[in-house]
Amino acid sequence: MRLPRRTPLRVPLRDRLRVSPDPALLRDVLLVCLASGVVGVSFGAIAVTGGLPVWVPVVMSLVVYAGSAQFSAVGVLLAGGGPVAAAATGLVLNTRTAAYSLAVAGDIGRHRLTRLLGAHLVTDETVAFTLAQSDPARRRAAFWTSGLALFAVWNTAVVVGALAGQALGDTSRYGLDAAFPAILAALVVPTLRKDAGVRRPAALGALLALAATPFLPTGVPVLIALLGLFLYEPGEPGDPSGPSAPSDSSDPCAPYNPYDPYDPEVTR
Amino acid sequence: MSPTVAVVLALALGTYAFRLTGPVLHGRVTLPARVQGLLSAGAVVLLVALLATGALTEGGGFSGWARPVGVLVGVGLAWRRAPFVVVVLGAAGATAVLRGLGVG
Repeated sequence: MRLPRRTPLRVPLRDRLRVSPDPALLRDVLLVCLASGVVGVSFGAIAVTGGLPVWVPVVMSLVVYAGSAQFSAVGVLLAGGGPVAAAATGLVLNTRTAAYSLAVAGDIGRHRLTRLLGAHLVTDETVAFTLAQSDPARRRAAFWTSGLALFAVWNTAVVVGALAGQALGDTSRYGLDAAFPAILAALVVPTLRKDAGVRRPAALGALLALAATPFLPTGVPVLIALLGLFLYEPGEPGDPSGPSAPSDSSDPCAPYNPYDPYDPEVTR
Repeated sequence: MSPTVAVVLALALGTYAFRLTGPVLHGRVTLPARVQGLLSAGAVVLLVALLATGALTEGGGFSGWARPVGVLVGVGLAWRRAPFVVVVLGAAGATAVLRGLGVG
């Protein structure tokens, strides 16, 4: 997967801000782009091999642009769940983008159009890159550099995956039905490793969802899992050093949560 | 409007509304740490539930052994910090091998 050559706005933005994005930032953005590209290809392929037309993952990536919510909504649809359950699952996952957008509101820009466009680029990754910078000009450069690069890479990758998926044909032979839960594992296990506080809520939630599966329409049991949050206890206030960019490139699929110093990673 | 189009639209509009919260309120509101923690934990709980039901069930019943065993391989690889591609291909490969051996 190659980074598209055109990264619009980077040059004019750099001129306007008189700040060149520092090489370390560009390198980190590139790494996260590569990881994101792999996830995007899987998303496109899974959606299409599951039976959805090519336009669904492609359009969804453009207008929803949120990895885990896209996987979840498509997962519920492919499992035979109703549209309400599919949309609700994705929306619950995306409530956190409201918190993220509050955190970077001052860094997106001043013009109304800039803010309207920038809002769409708010993801776990862009927020992590933005908050890792020390001064406002660099934060803004980091937001737009990572935001535009990730948007371009994610959407290109989904198109590639969707077209490749179309060529695969019968997929249960390749065990691709195991790929969807495995992708979720790759997204969420790094967080479970690091934050013991979410393990009990997650375990209870999974048990409730499994127990409810025979009795409720597909897609609804997963929402019942949220009852597991009653077991949630915030961790101890820890590391006061504050946010930094996702430095652990070995699991870039579970980006950093800028809100929880003691829970440095959250799923996208 | 087809159900799939409705899902894409609802998800797109809702997500964009969440993302506009910050720019619209512009620094006048901050969330309590407790709420931020709950939002993050909620995402994890939902994803784990999707993982479990996706691994073990199919159409309201048991999915057969090949898939959950493959997923377990994937979970193990992820726990050992294997790269994304290895996790996914490991799970799919294990399931494919089990099916090839006649496990359902």
